[in-house]
Amino acid sequence: MPDLAPLWLSLALAGVTTVVLLILGTPLAWWLAHTSSRIRPVIEAVTALPLVLPPTVLGFYFLIILGPGTTIGNFWVQVTGDALTFSFSGLVVASVVYSLPFMVQPLQSAFESMGRAPLEAAATLRASPLDAFFSVAVPLSRHGFVTAAVLTFAHTIGEFGVVLMVGGNIPGKTRVISIAIYEHVETLNYAAAHWLSAVLLVFAFTVLFLVYALKRRLAIRVG
Amino acid sequence: MSASNGKKLTIQSRIDYADFSLDIDNELQLKGVTGLFGPSGGGKSTLLRVIAGLNQNAGGQVSFAETDWQKESLFVPAHKRQVGYVFQDARLFEHLSVAGNLRFALDRSGPGEKNNSFDDVVDALDLHSLLNRGVAELSGGERQRVAIARTILSQPELLLLDEPLAALDADRKREIYPTIAALPDRFGVPIIFVSHAVDEMAQLTESVVVLEAGRIVAEASTEKILSRDSLHGSTQAFEAMSVLDVTVVEQLESLHLVRVDHRGQSLTIPSHAGVQNGAALRLLVRAGDVVLATEKPQGLSVRNILSGTIIDIDLNPDSAFAVVSVDVDGTVINAQITNQAVQALNLQSGKNVYVLLKTASFDRPGA
Repeated sequence: MPDLAPLWLSLALAGVTTVVLLILGTPLAWWLAHTSSRIRPVIEAVTALPLVLPPTVLGFYFLIILGPGTTIGNFWVQVTGDALTFSFSGLVVASVVYSLPFMVQPLQSAFESMGRAPLEAAATLRASPLDAFFSVAVPLSRHGFVTAAVLTFAHTIGEFGVVLMVGGNIPGKTRVISIAIYEHVETLNYAAAHWLSAVLLVFAFTVLFLVYALKRRLAIRVG
Repeated sequence: MSASNGKKLTIQSRIDYADFSLDIDNELQLKGVTGLFGPSGGGKSTLLRVIAGLNQNAGGQVSFAETDWQKESLFVPAHKRQVGYVFQDARLFEHLSVAGNLRFALDRSGPGEKNNSFDDVVDALDLHSLLNRGVAELSGGERQRVAIARTILSQPELLLLDEPLAALDADRKREIYPTIAALPDRFGVPIIFVSHAVDEMAQLTESVVVLEAGRIVAEASTEKILSRDSLHGSTQAFEAMSVLDVTVVEQLESLHLVRVDHRGQSLTIPSHAGVQNGAALRLLVRAGDVVLATEKPQGLSVRNILSGTIIDIDLNPDSAFAVVSVDVDGTVINAQITNQAVQALNLQSGKNVYVLLKTASFDRPGA
């Protein structure tokens, strides 16, 4: 039985990233779905960049932006006493950007397909915009939320290039499962690589299976 | 209740779109059900949206019953206006049951006393058997009843109904008319009812505002508006009509007819399921279906013969037809007959005539 710490680290990274992106990505997706602003295509293009850029490019820029010599990196060191690069926090920041489109795009299309009609109905029934968002828009877009969260989570689990550039390979800190497998293969420890790969495969399948099963259940009215 | 005295709605608003502009500067005295009538694309829904605060680009002024909803820099957002809006497509919340939709409105209707209680509203719109259903399982008519109930539970001071019957067939409409007509008295709330269907105006409204190309072009009692053929050009398929308020007095079951009373004179009309003796009905008569005779005719198939007095003749030299208005016991019935017939029969104001109404003319689907 190999060391499973990289698996737990990957799960923690994916979990934190998904939660952070739910909080940051939802308002962004909402704005993109409803705005008529002229800068919307610019923001959409920036949001989609991680889909096309090689992870090494993103990782390289993060390394430069987040390093302790920069304003952001220095500020983080002042506040937390720890550097952003080669740390778990740095991995979270990089993953949030790297997985942004996987959160924003499903949410944006869910909000767009819902349209304004239910929100107008809610407004005429005295629901404030925030109330209407949580009591009408969120439940009506629940499939979008499930899809966005699962894609974000799964995409973060599978992350490799960005993590390697920003986080390196520090056991218990930045050595996530994909890095650990890579290292096992490099050191010709195929048995450990097999173990971790199989665990990841089974885990990924189980999560996706549960999501698709749950999605069908969710289609049933909840209130 | 306050609704019986009428409440004043002041609107002064101008909105320009590429191919359409709305330009309203009117004070409407709202009492009972007020119809907002006019052709599709005339701005009826846009006007309702301005009143409800759903059109945030609309400048100008909107005040209702001494409360300013919109004036200069003031813009009370939709969720803070005491106005209910029933949309043409109902817009029920699909993630909630029927009861869930109703409670959504009740829970947000403010901390004050709930004049319209859950049970009372469910009762008025006959929703007991639907409460636990999912919204997706409802028929078109049921959806609209739920939407109306939901809106009333938000305790509005003004109720806007935007073509709520457009998707219903004639029988479903006939079922829901009395329910809607009873709402202003039962819940003390005036209604603005939007439609481009003449029969809906005739059956539901007491007064009518005609909106055409973004402007209010007429405002009068329903009888007066429907009797005008001057609206002909604006509202397609519109011809002058008369409205007869009658009471059912006798069921002629084997003949599939009912006998109704109109201020002492009798008429027979086709019977519809569930019409009881004593029920008040409103009949719509198209001017083109009315025949006039100077002597009581014999040997005719026409069963309904009312006597009356000519009060006005509107000769239209540009067409073959004139509209003759006849006073029948206080109700004005308009007849569209040829100018030639007016001359041949020597018709003039003050002359006594017989008004002939074919029974079949009461059984045509609404325009």
